[in-house]
Amino acid sequence: MATTTRQAPVLPAPSGRAGFGGTLRSEFTKIRSVRSTYWTLLVLLAVSVGIGAAISALSASGWSNTPPADRTPLDATQLSIAALLILGQLVIVVPGALVLTAEYSTGMIRTSLIAMPRRIVIYVAKAVAFAAVALAVSLATAFIAFFLGQSLLASTHQSATLAGHDVLRALVGSALYITLCGLFAFAAAAIIRNTAGTITAMIGLLFVLPVLVNLLPWHNDLVRWLPSSAARAISATVWNSGPQNSHLFSPWDQFAVFAVYTAVLLVVGGILFRKRDA
Amino acid sequence: MIEVRGLTKRYGEVTAVSGLSFDVMPGKVTGFLGPNGAGKTTTMRLILGLDYPNAGTVTIDGKHYASLAYPMREVGALLDARAVHGGRSAYNHLLCLAQTNNLPRKRVGEVLELVGLTEVARKRAKGFSLGMSQRLGIAGTLLGDPKVLMFDEPVNGLDPEGILWIRNLMKALAAEGRTVFVSSHLMSEMQNTADRLIVIGRGRLLAECTMEEFIARSSGQTVRVATPQADQLAKAVAEAGGSAVSGDNGTLIVSGLVAAQVGDLAFEHGVRLHELTVVLASLEAAFMELTADSVEYRAGAEGAQGQPAGPGQPREPREPPQQLAAHGRPGDDGRS
Repeated sequence: MATTTRQAPVLPAPSGRAGFGGTLRSEFTKIRSVRSTYWTLLVLLAVSVGIGAAISALSASGWSNTPPADRTPLDATQLSIAALLILGQLVIVVPGALVLTAEYSTGMIRTSLIAMPRRIVIYVAKAVAFAAVALAVSLATAFIAFFLGQSLLASTHQSATLAGHDVLRALVGSALYITLCGLFAFAAAAIIRNTAGTITAMIGLLFVLPVLVNLLPWHNDLVRWLPSSAARAISATVWNSGPQNSHLFSPWDQFAVFAVYTAVLLVVGGILFRKRDA
Repeated sequence: MIEVRGLTKRYGEVTAVSGLSFDVMPGKVTGFLGPNGAGKTTTMRLILGLDYPNAGTVTIDGKHYASLAYPMREVGALLDARAVHGGRSAYNHLLCLAQTNNLPRKRVGEVLELVGLTEVARKRAKGFSLGMSQRLGIAGTLLGDPKVLMFDEPVNGLDPEGILWIRNLMKALAAEGRTVFVSSHLMSEMQNTADRLIVIGRGRLLAECTMEEFIARSSGQTVRVATPQADQLAKAVAEAGGSAVSGDNGTLIVSGLVAAQVGDLAFEHGVRLHELTVVLASLEAAFMELTADSVEYRAGAEGAQGQPAGPGQPREPREPPQQLAAHGRPGDDGRS
């Protein structure tokens, strides 16, 4: 093949310093240029909307088969997005972890750090780019699942509208919860540096831990400190006094518990990302 | 210029690099040599800030790598051609690198053209052969049009065409006044490309010199003589304190005497000469000698008198006639 001889000034004169803006653009390019992004987010959408529709349909038929006297009020909003919260939280940890672990498994992290050696810039840019994509997809999913669910629940006359009490908070809050789960996985990935390990840890935290805690005699005192309790609180629009909710903080306070956990883990992950050999 | 000072790096119990100091001069191809495991990659990782040293400093034009305003405009480094997300296309891989340093998007197309990957720009990198991956990696190093280029074992696993391409590229880059710092465990490769050498063994500096100095240091310099009166000359050489052994095609290989002495002897003894050539030790031999000594020295005990530089007889600094393949010098790179 022919030799490469290179022409003289090929680049505009530099000004300033490579920083956050360019690195953020770079991280968006990374996210949009691999297939795993599309299939994981497609799975998130399909599972949340599909299973969500099934839950709504089953609830509607259950409602119609229950004698009116035995019926308890439905939280139609929460029902319609339950699949997003329960299953979607597990799906989102995959792209959340992959943002970092795919770079470690392929060695790309070294190439990335050579291009941008200011590691905190990369770390924050990755987190922001991922969070933006995750939030956008979660919001879309929450609204699609909500509208589909409400149409399936219409026969119960319990269905909600966007104007309903706390409905928007539940939808937006749930999307934020999903985003936080992804960010939590991202931070865990900075510490664990391995896809399988990170996903396993996240399933343990979000799925297994609540079950285990539930077995403890004093679980009522612990449940409000679980990360996953944020999902239940933030998605509730019918704040009944049932055993479900009485041990939780108010929706945003319960959400804040998880947000604080995530923030702490992001800081720890950032420090390790900065300090460790790549 | 890359300045390495007192660099030490330990991984757990293992000391990969120990008190290493050297300079990489601008406008030259500097070969970074050492056996596998000598600490070459570690040193490069330390220069680039991928790993943090336990002691010592590295600066590039006086600055730490991480504080360069636009790192890709200063340094283009390729440590591992496979360090790419295989699911990303060549174009997007380069684009995401370019964006971190605010480099224009059209530059991506230019470097793809430069390395001959334009036609596969939209293909995913996982389908690339090693040679193509190497080209992609090099395209990445050229994105920022940097003054310094670093390549770790760039010809490893490449076919002859790929090796030739890399070799010519490095010479061309140095001819443009860039600093090229290239590691290899293959001495023969450096022989054809490097102007200066930095040799390390077990994480320690063994030599930092020009190619000529390095070869002259080795004890392997001999004189090849072709003569119809080989027996007679061999005897005369032995009497004069040298030694002669038979080489290929009836030639004699004389050691212990310089070419002028052999020529004089032949004249005195009326021996006709058809050829009288100074044979420089191959870089391979000189390198083996240097590193073997170092290993022996460091292995301790029996090798008692440590002489890392080898027992070379003091040669005058004047360079002997060049038998080596031409070195790439800035300016003389007309060949393809």
